[in-house]
Formats: sequence, structure tokens, C-alpha cells
Amino acid sequence: MRLDVKKTYKLFIAGKFPRSESGRSYQVKDSKANHVANVALASRKDVRDAVQAARAAQPGWAGASAYNRGQVLYRIAEMLEGRREQFITEISSLTGKTQKQADAEVSAAIDSWVWHAGWTDKIDSVAGSMNPVAGPYFNISTNQPTGVVGAFAPQGSALVGFVNTIAPAIVSGNTVVVVTSENLSLPALTLGEVLATSDLPGGVVNILSGKESELASWLVGHMDVNAVDLEGTSNPTELEISAANTVKRVIRPGTYLREGSKGNLQHILDLMEVKTVWHPKGH
Amino acid sequence: MFDYAPAPEAKLASFQKSYGHFIGGKFTKPANLYPTINPATEEVLAEISHGTAKDVDLAVKSARAAYEKVWSKLSGAERGKYLYRIARIMQERARELAVAETLNNGKPIKETRDFDVPTAVSWFFYYAGWADKLDHAGLGHNPQALGVAAQVVPWNFPLMMLAWKIAPALAAGNTIVLKPSETTPLSALLFAEICQQAELPEGVVNIVTGFGDTGAALVGHKDVNKVAFTGSTEVGKIIAKQVAGSNKKVTLELGGKAANIVFDDAPIDQAIEGVINGIFFNQGHVCCAGSRLLIQESIHDEFIKKLKRRMSTLSLGDPMDKNTDVGAINSADQLAKIKKLVKKGVSEGGELWQPECKIPRNGFWFAPAIVDNVSPANTVAREEIFGPVLSVITFRTPAEAVTKANNTEYGLSAGIWTEKGSKMLKLADQLNAGVIWSNTFNQFDPTSPFGGFKESGYGREGGRQGLLSYLKAGK
Repeated sequence: MRLDVKKTYKLFIAGKFPRSESGRSYQVKDSKANHVANVALASRKDVRDAVQAARAAQPGWAGASAYNRGQVLYRIAEMLEGRREQFITEISSLTGKTQKQADAEVSAAIDSWVWHAGWTDKIDSVAGSMNPVAGPYFNISTNQPTGVVGAFAPQGSALVGFVNTIAPAIVSGNTVVVVTSENLSLPALTLGEVLATSDLPGGVVNILSGKESELASWLVGHMDVNAVDLEGTSNPTELEISAANTVKRVIRPGTYLREGSKGNLQHILDLMEVKTVWHPKGH
Repeated sequence: MFDYAPAPEAKLASFQKSYGHFIGGKFTKPANLYPTINPATEEVLAEISHGTAKDVDLAVKSARAAYEKVWSKLSGAERGKYLYRIARIMQERARELAVAETLNNGKPIKETRDFDVPTAVSWFFYYAGWADKLDHAGLGHNPQALGVAAQVVPWNFPLMMLAWKIAPALAAGNTIVLKPSETTPLSALLFAEICQQAELPEGVVNIVTGFGDTGAALVGHKDVNKVAFTGSTEVGKIIAKQVAGSNKKVTLELGGKAANIVFDDAPIDQAIEGVINGIFFNQGHVCCAGSRLLIQESIHDEFIKKLKRRMSTLSLGDPMDKNTDVGAINSADQLAKIKKLVKKGVSEGGELWQPECKIPRNGFWFAPAIVDNVSPANTVAREEIFGPVLSVITFRTPAEAVTKANNTEYGLSAGIWTEKGSKMLKLADQLNAGVIWSNTFNQFDPTSPFGGFKESGYGREGGRQGLLSYLKAGK
């Protein structure tokens, strides 16, 4: 008999897979309460490292052409498709979903990447404007990414909810620090391996597994985070108050569907800023 | 430098001795009174009611009833016609509104007459046309109003800010409780009369006057669905905390510390005018004022010399005089704040220069000022002064200009002065600001979205995007 080789589940920060700086881990169990893996338990220092990586990666990612970003997101869908079996196994193990249900969830996650991939070069055509001002000025409004997004994936979704949290953030050129579902963290961490092989620059998505109740105040209170998505948090009111200290953009829990929806343009736009440029017309 | 004979505008506005709140289409009995003054003379113009939580509650109830019974049942086309009516009446009473605004605010009559009032009118005309076209707003078919909107506006453009708030909210189908600033309530109270003349259904627009506690009661009221605030970042943060955990939709238009970047290849004479307009328009009481001049090092001396010469021609004095360029500071408090910050900037190494000018004996005044040789850490380079004070910072390369311009918690506006289009477009991409003026400054239009990045707030006013602040997707 041959003993199988198990995977060590680690964080994903700046394109690398470190353990938690704190040296801590926690046990993830399957739907029948059996041990599955010891997973890195992210700390405050990991949050800071991840925000730093996200900030460093942001100008480059936003500066990439929309065409390029679209191809990278499509590549994520391709890579995910290629590793479908692995995700089905993880999802059904953790959630107790049947193979068929888990397969449908992976399909939905893949389709979400494809849907978002198509948006990169259409956002401004749909949501931007040429403004007919009452004077001799060229006047145009475009949408720009807000910067670094701190996000909390829904606790009850293993993969598709996670994808529908990060894809709307990065599609426009934001970078993201995302805290996974605590109990269903494995598919999110495995998705880090997909992202790492999809030409996504390191630092664009940074994945932290652990307790949202422990990490949320550090991530939401971080001065260098521009927007927060509080979907997976347990104390959103307190966090919204903290976010107000630096006038962060806030997505309250329940604002956008994370499962059973192909995506929402308004979700993408909530993590963007309208920029209006004026220039005189004349000689 | 120049002397002008006095050219006073006629005082075509009169006020009642005292005002109550405008609730349910009627003025309440004046109560809990405080004086509102002319900041140029310190003369009392009228007594104003300081709204209580009870007044706010009555106003919100009135707005709710109007929303449920009348306004939400009207077609968009009919709502739009009310807005057109309001715009027309404002035009008919334009001079009166301009005079009232100048008396209560202290800003020059040429600004209220040629800018504040026409811009306010244009906002109503623009959003009137949206009321029956909401399917095109970008939220899909049949988007819905939010309900009752709580709106708190500042003293720097009292009527214009009212228009920026009320016009899109009504077009989208909301009803309103608005609180004007405690120092400048009069144009809002004249607007209440205009609502009566337009036969706007009672309760659709309610105006409660008062101080910060009145505003806090309004923003925190349980039956409000939307909060829109323009004012300081400090108060904006308090409001964002107050509404945390609620379902209220919030838009904030807060402070700024805009960089006005002048390159050596700029059209210099136009840039001088743009820099002057950027910081001395409305005594610098402008959230998007170009309060940091970023000047390319090679042209610093020549530019500052020209700037000082131009500043010497600004005429400071009676806001009712048609020749006045710089009017009164809006309040004693604001004047004290400006003086304190400038003193701090000088103690931190800034070099203060102000032209010779006669300061009137009464009222609140601050001569146009530049503070040169300002380091990026200087208080006058970081804090919003909200007065006629220009901080001067130099740079050598476009990259350095971008770094310095973005080195602030704010992100409302920025100016770029260069004749080179490609340089301008690249900078416009790189600057973290919601409005970029290139080879111009302080331009506003109802079709054009306005609002900030970072701690300058969120949400937009103006354009289709501004409508989204007052709508939600239909079911």
C-alpha cells in the first residue's frame, strides 16, 4: 500500500505561500467533524504584510490594460476548470454537498470569472460618460479602482462566494486582502494556487485563513485600505464605525448576492471612483 | 493698485424679522431663536429658529407622509414639471436670491449673481429632465426612490448646495428634510417660499434650521432612508459612524486640499488667472479650492512675482459692490481658524505674503495670502484652511508632482497647467482626485459628476452618476 501525500494549506501573500507569521494553525474539519487539515491561522502581522503587498501591487495591476486584465481573469477560469476535481473533492468534504452539487458550485465559480473577465474593458463604456457641459470644455467621467480592498468572504460558501467577493474587486484594478470563511477555508486557499498560475501579478489577491472576529478590526482599521467588503463579518456595525475613521467605502453584508448570481455591475462600481476631467476647447 | 468708485448693488431682498421651520408646506411659529448676521457688517438680518429633535421628527413625519401619499404616486413626468417650475421661479427671483445670499454669506455679489444662483437654477433644469427617464439611470428597469432623504448642507454655497441636493433627490422620487448651515439659512428659507409658489405638494420639501445638534437629530432619525452631507471631513466621519449598521444610503462630499500643478510649459498668464480663481474664488471657502500651488522649480520666481502682482489688483471689501473680488469671511469662528492655521504655517517655516489692502472696520476679513517655501509636512500643506490662503510647494519632475499632489488624505480635485496634452492625460490618470481641471479650474456643471476620492468622501453629485445617490434597483 502507498501512503498518499497530503497538502499543507498555507496563506497566499504577495504571490507566495507563507505560513502564518504567528506560527499558529487551526484544525479544519469535514462535514462529519473528522480532521481534514491544519490550516494557517492568520494574525495581525499577516494582515499588515498582506495590505503592504496589496498596496505595492495596486498601481501595476491598475496600470495594466483592461484587455490584459480581462485575459488574466479568463486564464483564472481556465486554470480552475483544469483543477475541477480537486475543488469538487474539497467542497463536498467540507460542506457535505453531493459530487453533483459541488460540481455545480465549481461551474458557477468558473462562470463568474468568465463573466467578470468580460467586464474589464466595458466598464467605462457602460458606466462612464461624456458630459455635455454648458461651456467650451471637453468633459469626461471615467471609473478608476479605489485602491486596496479589505474583504471578508461569506462564511457559508466554500468557493463561489469567495470568488464573487474577490472578482468584483480585482476586475477594475483594485488589489484585495481577503479573509476566507473560517470553517470552509480550503477551497479558497487552493484557489490561491490557481491564481498563482494564472499570470495574476503577486499581491493582487492576498488570502488569509483564520478567524474573521480576530482579523477584522485590524484589516478594517488599517489606514492604507480604501474600501471594505463586510459580507463575512459578525460585527459589521462596529466595523463600519471603524471604517469611518478614514472614510473607507463600505459594502454592508447582504448588499450583493454571493451565490446564485452571475455578478452585479453595481458591485464592481461600488469599489471604483468616478473621475471627471475638464479641458477647455479652443485654440 | 486700482481705485474704483463704489458700485453697490440695490438691496433687492428683504427678510422677515424671524423665521420658523418649513414643515408640511407651512412655516412653523418662530421659536428658540438665534440671530443670523451679515458677516461683512455684523448687522443682524433676521432671527432664526434653532431646530430641536421634535422639530426634526415633525419634518421627517411630514416628508414620510408626502412620500407615501403623494410624491411616490406621481409619474416621473409630473415630478419633472414641478422641478421645471421651481427652476423658472428661481430665475424670476434670481437677483433677489443673489442679494440675499451675498448679505447672509459675505461673498461678492458678482459671484452670487453670475455663479451661485445660475448654477443652482441649472441643477433644477437638468434633473427635471431626468425625472421621467430613470430607466436610463443605469440601474435597470424601473429603479426605485429611497424614500425620505436627510440632507445637510454647508455655508459656503448655501443655495447652490441646496440645489445640488434637492434637485436629484426630487427627480428620483424622494422627499426631503434639509438643514442649511446655522450661519447661512436665509436663501434656503426663500427657497421654501419658492416651493410654495410652485405649489409643490406639502411635505415634499421640508427645511429645518439650526446647528450641529439639529443636523445630528436629522441624520440619526430612524425613519430616514438616505443621508447626504456636504461639509467638513471631521463631521463627515461622525455622520458615517452615526449611520453605521443602518440601511441608510450615504453620500459624503467632504474637505479637500487640492494641488494646482503648474508646469514650465504652461500658458503662464492663464495659469495665473486659474491659480487666483482656484484659491481666492469665494474667499477660498471652497472644498475643491486649489489651495496647494505645486510650481515647477524652474519658473517659481517668475510665477510668484506675477502672482503677487495679480493679487495686488484684487479688490477686497463690500460684497454688495459689483467690483468686489474678495468678500467677507463667513464667520468669526472661521476667521479665527484661518488666522490660527496661517500662524502655525509661518512658525513651521512658511513665508507669508499679503498685498496691502484696506480692511473694513466691521465684519470678518482676511486679505488674500500666499505662504511660500512650504515643506510637505507644514500644517498649511496638509490641513484644509478653507480660506484665501495659497500654500506654495515646488517640484522638479512630473513624477514628483504626482507624488506630492497625492500626498494627502484628501482627494477631491486637482489642477494641471501644461500645453502638452500627453503629459496632461497621463497626470490626470495618476492623480487621486475626483475632479481634474486641466488648464482651467473651479468649473461646475449639472451634467458633470463631482465628488471625491479617499477622505474627501464618496458618492457623486451631478450627471447621471449623481442620480444614483438617490435610487435603488427595482425589484
